[in-house]
Amino acid sequence: MVASQAPAFLQIKDVVKDFSGVKAVNHVSIDIAKGEIFALLGSSGCGKTTLLRMLAGFSSPTSGKIILNGQDLEGLPPYLRPINMMFQSYALFPHLSVEENIAFGLKRDGMPKDQIAERVEKMLKLVQLGKYAKRKPHQLSGGQQQRVALARSLAKRPQLLLLDEPLGALDKKLREETQIELVNIIEQVGVTVVMVTHDQEEAMTMASRIAIMSEGNILQIGAPSEIYETPANRFVADFIGNVNLMDGTLIDDNPDHVIVECADCKHYVGHGITGTEGMAVSVAVRPEKIHVTREKPDGEYNHVRGTIKDMVYFGSHTVYHIQLGSGLVFKISESNVSRHRDDPLTWGDEVWASWTPLSQVVLTQ
Amino acid sequence: MSPQAVLTQLRNSKLLSGRSAVIGVPYVWLLVFFLLPFLIVLKISVSEMETVHFKDLLTYKDGLLQLTLKFSNYEFIAEDPLYFKVYLASLKYAAATTLFCLLIGYPFSYFMARAKPSIQPALLMMVMLPFWTSFLLRVYAWKGLLGENGWVANLLEWLHVDHLLLALGVIPALGKFMNSPFSLVLGMTYTYLPFMILPLYANLAKMDLRLLEAAADLGATPWTAFWKVTVPLSKAGIIAGSMLVFIPCVGEFVIPELLGGPETLMIGRVLWDEFFSNNDWPMASSVAVVMILLIIVPLAIFNKYQAEAQEARS
Repeated sequence: MVASQAPAFLQIKDVVKDFSGVKAVNHVSIDIAKGEIFALLGSSGCGKTTLLRMLAGFSSPTSGKIILNGQDLEGLPPYLRPINMMFQSYALFPHLSVEENIAFGLKRDGMPKDQIAERVEKMLKLVQLGKYAKRKPHQLSGGQQQRVALARSLAKRPQLLLLDEPLGALDKKLREETQIELVNIIEQVGVTVVMVTHDQEEAMTMASRIAIMSEGNILQIGAPSEIYETPANRFVADFIGNVNLMDGTLIDDNPDHVIVECADCKHYVGHGITGTEGMAVSVAVRPEKIHVTREKPDGEYNHVRGTIKDMVYFGSHTVYHIQLGSGLVFKISESNVSRHRDDPLTWGDEVWASWTPLSQVVLTQ
Repeated sequence: MSPQAVLTQLRNSKLLSGRSAVIGVPYVWLLVFFLLPFLIVLKISVSEMETVHFKDLLTYKDGLLQLTLKFSNYEFIAEDPLYFKVYLASLKYAAATTLFCLLIGYPFSYFMARAKPSIQPALLMMVMLPFWTSFLLRVYAWKGLLGENGWVANLLEWLHVDHLLLALGVIPALGKFMNSPFSLVLGMTYTYLPFMILPLYANLAKMDLRLLEAAADLGATPWTAFWKVTVPLSKAGIIAGSMLVFIPCVGEFVIPELLGGPETLMIGRVLWDEFFSNNDWPMASSVAVVMILLIIVPLAIFNKYQAEAQEARS
């Protein structure tokens, strides 16, 4: 008999949100542990924001339950939930100063003045904005506003923190710096976080687990590396990062390896899959797991021949687009390990692309 | 110089650049139709009457340029308690009207701004609709509505509102609503309400509703969120609407004339009398100048205070 586990800190149980016949969220169930940073990742319109708004209490599920720390949140208005949210583009109160913004929630709880002042100071210190306490939001840069928003949402010590596209309004460079800083602050406070983002990099760097959503459904839940290296289906493989997807047929099924025949090559995949011979499958290979050479690699498996159609230099790596015989364009990303190559590849070159037997994933759906 | 060269030169000169032309138009308009007439009024107010026309301010006599200014009108205004009382009454009724317009207009604008976008134009139309009927006619209609056996008067009587109004001292007797401070303020509130609603609506409609969600998220009930977020953020609309109501109300003439009574003497009436009954243009101009100062000085102080507060915060 399996011992019954303690229920998760946040339980989303079979939640449905129906907007006049359209299921924006379709029977979603997620368990989130205390202290976890959980990301809902998907393109716009996938239902991730709808789900977040139901957690915050701005809309209520058509059916299903949301249970936080043993408490059913049904019917509880946003102002009574022990949940705070950092809004997309922050929604800071423009008429209040930084410290008044942070104190807003504390005042609503009727906290004594001296305690409010103390807490606000602590929060300002946490986000390193002490000098800006008296400023108005419009006098701050985007990054500073983001930190005020974070301080405001953490000030009440919520049981659950919701982040709606937390870094969406920042430019790329600042975003990368802030991602790590944000995680550090969240870990210092030890709050459980559910974040919504369309930016996979953001989800990968910040979250401990990610749920991939599409059209109201959850396609896969897992740690970032799981999602990237073992995507559950074609959609996830294609959505996260770049991938070369080749359609083929399973021709040889063994416990320790399988052979898949595709138009351009035969794949030797170094792990078993659950399938039957003759079944149509897709093989996914990530661009960075592929190697380009002028010479034909040994063996008969795991290599394709093609012409360089395009190459893009990114500094740290170069991306090659190789036109294969079947018409498929193969994406390859090669690290620029040395500063120059004796025999540089260029447009129109005939090359071979190869990969190892463990670098592919076979997708059956 | 060729015509082309002249044109280029004109174009290059700052006077004719498109930018200054665009900015210049409203300035010229204000200069010609506001500042200049005001200066004329100011000049008249310090001029002496010489039977049918004014004595020139500047006279050239015995090789000396003489400037003659007459301040006796202003002295008279300062000394005669009548003027003080009338100015005070004007400010009082204008303030009361502004307050009522705000009390009625704010909820109205609020619900209009929060109504479904598809019905907002219709609501806006309803606010504007009264303007299609002559203003004079609409004010005049109140005479019938509030007069003896007017249905509004009957309704108020039936509801015993007149007891309350009498207790407040704004009607002369039970069942008598006309020609009282009550009918005056009612008429002015009715007339000027759209001027309060429109700027408030414009302000409330563009408010970021996510701020209310943020307030709710931080523990504010809808009521608290309204007072702590919506109202402070609509301050600009409240000020604009109040100005649009208060300023014309101070100098209002027609409504007090039609709906007011002997005790609701306002400055517009005094101005009329000075101009057209007494034919004392310098005196009338002085009264007008004082009225303008009465409105502008507090406004200027308020503006300065606002600007300073803004600066102090930054």
